[in-house]
Amino acid sequence: MNVGLEHYLTVSFLLFALGLLGVVMRRNLLVIYMSLELMLNAANLALVSFSRFNNQLDGQVLVFFIITVAAAEVAVGLALIVALYRKRQTAHVEDLTSMKL
Amino acid sequence: MKYEYLPWLILFLPLFSAAVITLFTLKHRNVSALISIGAIVIGFISTVTFIAANGWVTGEPAINWLSIGGLNIDFGLKLDRLSEMMMFVVTGVGGAIHIYSYGYMDDDRSKARFFAFMSLFTFSMLGIVLANNFIEMFIFWELVGVSSYLLIGFWFEKPSAADAAKKAFFTNRLGDFGFLLGILVVWAALGSLNFTQLQSALVANPMALGTIATVAGLLVFCGAMGKSAQFPLHVWLPDAMEGPTPVSALIHAATMVAAGVYMLCRILFLLNADALHVIAYIGGFTSLLAALIAVQQNDIKRIIAYSTLSQLGYMVMAVGLNGPTPAMFHLTTHAFFKALLFLSAGSVILGMHHEQDIWQMGNLRKKMPVTFWMFLIGALALSGVPPFSGFYSKDSILAQALEQKNYLLFGVAVFVAALTAFYTFRLFFVVFFGQEKSKAASRAHESPLVMTLPLLALALFAAIGGFIGITNSYGSQFIAGHETLSVAQQITEPLKNIGPMLCGLAAAAVGIFVAFSLYKNVTSDPLPAKLGGLATAMKNKFYFDELYEATFIRAHDFIATVMDVIDRWFVEGFCIGLVRGGTDFTGRALRLVQTGNLQTYAFLFVLGVAVVLYLVLGK
Repeated sequence: MNVGLEHYLTVSFLLFALGLLGVVMRRNLLVIYMSLELMLNAANLALVSFSRFNNQLDGQVLVFFIITVAAAEVAVGLALIVALYRKRQTAHVEDLTSMKL
Repeated sequence: MKYEYLPWLILFLPLFSAAVITLFTLKHRNVSALISIGAIVIGFISTVTFIAANGWVTGEPAINWLSIGGLNIDFGLKLDRLSEMMMFVVTGVGGAIHIYSYGYMDDDRSKARFFAFMSLFTFSMLGIVLANNFIEMFIFWELVGVSSYLLIGFWFEKPSAADAAKKAFFTNRLGDFGFLLGILVVWAALGSLNFTQLQSALVANPMALGTIATVAGLLVFCGAMGKSAQFPLHVWLPDAMEGPTPVSALIHAATMVAAGVYMLCRILFLLNADALHVIAYIGGFTSLLAALIAVQQNDIKRIIAYSTLSQLGYMVMAVGLNGPTPAMFHLTTHAFFKALLFLSAGSVILGMHHEQDIWQMGNLRKKMPVTFWMFLIGALALSGVPPFSGFYSKDSILAQALEQKNYLLFGVAVFVAALTAFYTFRLFFVVFFGQEKSKAASRAHESPLVMTLPLLALALFAAIGGFIGITNSYGSQFIAGHETLSVAQQITEPLKNIGPMLCGLAAAAVGIFVAFSLYKNVTSDPLPAKLGGLATAMKNKFYFDELYEATFIRAHDFIATVMDVIDRWFVEGFCIGLVRGGTDFTGRALRLVQTGNLQTYAFLFVLGVAVVLYLVLGK
């Protein structure tokens, strides 16, 4: 079987959809967070495949940037979640409704 | 023109003084007083210098203040004999009264505030005198109203003073409303508000105002009716005596109330024969009414206040009889002798420890000799006894009435002259002769020098005002080709109209004689017994206050109640309620969208992205 761009993109879409589903459905902040990372990596996969099939390096360069920024983001995000957990003793989104009137 | 800056200086110094006192020296009573006195005395010296250097120069220095479309309004000074003479009167009489106030207000803790108000008033009054267009005049007109309000209500902790201040302000506003309408009519018809331009427009085309000439004239006269307290807006002036006596002298006798007459003379070219006719009769009626009321008043200041009303009626009548010269002549002499009378009355009041009922006084001639003599000069001038100034000016008004062949008004004027002499000397005999009618009267004392000296200065002018050339000055303003009279001619001027002179003299003599025979040595008023119901009516001011209370004030209260209901139920309940309720309801509905659940937001966000993608890519 000849593996083409479509296959890569399908995998990327499935990953993205999985991640989105996780973000919308799951209740635990940590899991939501992991789902977010999944969506990011789906985007990375799409970028790399485009780069590969178009014979241009721009997409790969962009992926490096995304990985770097994502690393920083994970650090900040995890720190926030830990701080939140310490304060509220919970990491469930249903309990975090203090913005509601 | 030499010293061109002096009129500006004269105008703005009092404003400067008022500002300095209000901002910096309210805590220092005597410093404030001296600043205010200094401002007006410098104003007086500058006026004299200016007139001495230039003669009676005419000019109109002005700066453009605002122009909107066809409307051009200057801030200008109208300099001519009329305004220069008035400047002299305002700064001269005002200066004397300022100095007097230094003594009179000495034990008042708000002396600084008093002098700030006085300076503000002087500024406004000079503004009216010097204004070269209607709008400028109207602004100063209102400023004068405000300062009058502030000064009548100076002792605002007394409810009667606060009420009197309100009454004066509202009554004046009523007149000013007409005045403003008149100004609008004039502007709509002639397209200008500058006095000089208006005058030349009307000289070029006397019918320029067309059929509305009478209406325009009478509307403008409404302003004068309010300020000069003419019937039916006369009710505020007697109540205004609640203010300190120097205020009564300066504002409610010498200057502000004369502003109406001054304004009429300034805009005389606007008034046609019909308007003048109405003005003359209103003036005549006011003078008669006020003189009758004055006969039965017992408060020393109220008697003089009603006499002011009566004399203002005289002046307005003179204007209406097409005699601006006699009117302004009487205004000028009246300013001096009425200020003198008020200040003497103030001296009496102070000597009596703030007792104003004349039946509590008596025999003050011995206790207060200077005041006694000054009051006598003022009373003689007011009654029109030669050679005092009042004789000359009153005579010129009588002559004017006769010359216009208006025998009714001439008769009224002579009768009022007799009444004037009567009530003035009633007051005089009761206060200064007879025996002491209370303990305060026997303990009365003469006032300090700072109060008696201004009296002397005013008395000098009250005595010689008739022949120092006031008529010459005004005559040249109003009569083309007026010949200047020498002093001797001025002294003998009344002899030219021997009829009116004799009538006037006879009236004064009768008045004084009757007053003497009735009041030379009595402890209570013998008149009510003789006049019966009439005396009661006079005492109660012919029930005008009660009449207005029953009609206008009731009607006003009724309208106010109706408006209150409309405001409360329709505007507030329906209109505002609808808007408020609508907003509230929408807000409550929209609030439900904000669940506070992070995942709902994320889901909606994705849904939104999907919709956008569909719209962008789907077709």
